[in-house]
Amino acid sequence: MNPINKNISRRKFVTLSSMSSVAFTLGFYFPAAAKGMGEILTAQNADEKGIELSAWISIDTAGLVTLLNHRSEMGQGAFQTVPQIIAEELEVDLNKVKIEFAPGNNKKYGSQITGGSSTVRGSYKTLLQTGATAREMLIAAAAKKWNVAPTDCYAENGTVIHRASGKKLGYGELVAAASKLPVPAHVPLKQRSQYKVIGQPLPRQDTPLKTNGKAIFGLDKKIPGMLYAVVERNPRFQGKVKSFDDTAAKAIAGVKHVIKVEMPVFGFTREGVAVVADSLWTALQARKVLKVEWDDTGFEHMSTTQLYDRMRADLKKPALSQRTGGNFEDRFQRAEKKLEVVYETPYESHSCMEPLNCIAHVQGDKCEIWGPIQGPDWIQEDVAGRLKIPAENVTVNMTFLGGGFGRKAFTDYTFEAVAISKAINAPVQVVWTREDDMTQGPFRPGAVYECKGSVNNGSVNAYQVKMAAQNMDQQGAGADRTKFNSSNIEGFAEGYFESIPNYSFGDVPTESPIPVMWWRSVYSSTNGFAFESFMDELAHAAEKDPLEFRRGHLWGERYQAVLNQLEEKTGWKTKAKNDGWGIAITECFKSIVGEAVKVSRNAEGKLKIDKVVAVMDCGWYVNPDIIKAQIEGSIVMALGAAVTHETHFEDGKAVEKNFNTYRLPRINDIPAIDIHIIDNDEKAGGAGEPALPPFAPALCNAIFDLTGKRIRKLPFKMEEV
Amino acid sequence: MAAYKLNINGKNYSIEADPKMPLLWAIRDLANLTGTKYGCGIAQCGACTVHLNGSPVRSCSIPVSAAATQKITTIEGLSENNTHAVQMAWIKEQVPQCGYCQSGQMMAAAALLKKTPHPTDKDIDVAMQGILCRCGTYNRIRQAIKTAAEMVAKPA
Repeated sequence: MNPINKNISRRKFVTLSSMSSVAFTLGFYFPAAAKGMGEILTAQNADEKGIELSAWISIDTAGLVTLLNHRSEMGQGAFQTVPQIIAEELEVDLNKVKIEFAPGNNKKYGSQITGGSSTVRGSYKTLLQTGATAREMLIAAAAKKWNVAPTDCYAENGTVIHRASGKKLGYGELVAAASKLPVPAHVPLKQRSQYKVIGQPLPRQDTPLKTNGKAIFGLDKKIPGMLYAVVERNPRFQGKVKSFDDTAAKAIAGVKHVIKVEMPVFGFTREGVAVVADSLWTALQARKVLKVEWDDTGFEHMSTTQLYDRMRADLKKPALSQRTGGNFEDRFQRAEKKLEVVYETPYESHSCMEPLNCIAHVQGDKCEIWGPIQGPDWIQEDVAGRLKIPAENVTVNMTFLGGGFGRKAFTDYTFEAVAISKAINAPVQVVWTREDDMTQGPFRPGAVYECKGSVNNGSVNAYQVKMAAQNMDQQGAGADRTKFNSSNIEGFAEGYFESIPNYSFGDVPTESPIPVMWWRSVYSSTNGFAFESFMDELAHAAEKDPLEFRRGHLWGERYQAVLNQLEEKTGWKTKAKNDGWGIAITECFKSIVGEAVKVSRNAEGKLKIDKVVAVMDCGWYVNPDIIKAQIEGSIVMALGAAVTHETHFEDGKAVEKNFNTYRLPRINDIPAIDIHIIDNDEKAGGAGEPALPPFAPALCNAIFDLTGKRIRKLPFKMEEV
Repeated sequence: MAAYKLNINGKNYSIEADPKMPLLWAIRDLANLTGTKYGCGIAQCGACTVHLNGSPVRSCSIPVSAAATQKITTIEGLSENNTHAVQMAWIKEQVPQCGYCQSGQMMAAAALLKKTPHPTDKDIDVAMQGILCRCGTYNRIRQAIKTAAEMVAKPA
């Protein structure tokens, strides 16, 4: 560490916490962006070491507590959940603390990438430890003042209390003394039964900001002198600009610049022409009269038909193996009762309600960014690398995100803003229209699954799923086609591996110029449909009840608990066969979710969804109401990808450009959703995504139960079944 | 460019705008009221819903020239301090996730409740189906509308 940072550090975190008189600040430090827990330090320790401390907990002399949220808030509730964890051990009233977003910096905050449903499961132990350390230091400060043993004192609601005398001191009165104390190496953590805050459905602190227009999303952010840019990008995915005519665009009052701009898209570059103006409206008008000629040579103009033909053809090639057990081929060949079917899932757009946007201001060797960003630390590194400046010269400021779902973890739109700002030497906000957002990708990759299996004595004895799909880890220049897709078993309940003696999972990576990226629950979102629909087919082949069949294959206690709850909450035992119930169980990001769907036909004979029952086992959890909201949202998003929308491609371009053709589910499409969360002592699992994968298979299994029709291709039209 | 007087939330704003500019951009960028959101620009998502003389409209598809001289209400005009029944109900039912579409949802709900103080599920379907939510908060929206209706009927 450079010692000249010493004085800067104090000033910086005073600014960060925006308090009048910070007196006690505790954070932790990751020596080299290391995994696992960092070192817990006070501001004083940090200054002595010349480290810029992350002010996770700041308490001023008035007792005002500021807690940091190091992850993005895109709807999933980190803004509430992270402080709720800290507040538990810190013993403060969450309603009286101020919550701030941390800027991008993984040396200070650990990984900030808000993906893989990782916020709670990835950081709860560190957060509990930090809260408890601060509490113990405040208790020690009080004990010293009273000349009593710290063990005779306890903390509650922002005060330290001496048990015997009832004497009390507020945290604000203790901060000066506490900040001079050494950081204890070991602090006691509460037992789960002692929690007062964790496990409670406390209302979110960002809710009141989102009901009166005060929440600032990326698109709402304005900085002094800011110009607005919209970009006419090549409608195909790797296209270049041949030439452009900006005469008419530049004739419009308020248009400041028209420039060619390049945007990195994985291993290649997308080119476009940026129109920069003094208002967004002006920029949009000028873009309409811009004339651009594109150069599309050198890559394929794919269509959906070609893509799926190619994936089906790829299934005939040998798979890159991922996980095998026993001897699938031998057992399958010798089996009497065997099934061989193909499942298909669509490409999808993320279509966050807030279209992509980002503000950048490049000044010399410094760059500041504001925007809706899922990985602020990634953006810091990406921008620093591309501008060839030190990471600490890049400041990434967070706003609320109007949805993310994986799309806003990608670095293309942020760097586009940086490139424009650098070229015009001014702060600029680049705004994507809905059409830009929906047609430029990256998309969730479509996939085709070849499923083979056999049953013997009522259970599965051979099971194979071979996937043909684009591998999102290997795309663009430098893609390694010999690498298997390590996500091709995502979503499969681990317990099945214990009971199925012969299995084989593999993939064939499909070549395509279409950029693809994480979409809520990633490959589980499509794998789950193949895995659990096929499991249902095997259950019927074995002439078993689908729930009993799964119970017979998922021996672990956690699976049994989920299945028991599903059985109870659906009234499974008393239902009649062909009543229209279907179930599915998947495992994603360390959480197990079982869902049951009930379908029926209305008076006109049209299929409708009556009800969804969801059972979530996400282990240790923080806020059950936020988890319920995430399950509701996951089911609605899964419903859309199952029955209402799909992105098609024609001549190398996305076909669906706006919500008139990419039809999201509407309020009248949503069934009743009954949610149950399992209480156990397991480690924390994810909550934002794992409820998505089981919905589509549960729905299609229900349709099979009611109608005898097996749906193997998504999306499908409910009214046509 | 032309000069307009916009009456937003009871306050007059003198602006200069292209007559074709949608009301949405005048509200957001000229009156600096950013609670009203851009979502699609073609009246398909409802994130931009505001009240024009009390009726819900998609501000992305109404030129500013057509809205001048009329009474415009945005989310900020429902109440600044979350005291409108719809706002209180939205908080009670913890409706928002990302929150981006919620201004539009709430403006549509407020207009519905004004016209139909005790909406049925069917009424809610009809009034709300034009407002999209990618987070999937729909069931909570339905519940919050019912809660708001009760709050108005029986003030606490």
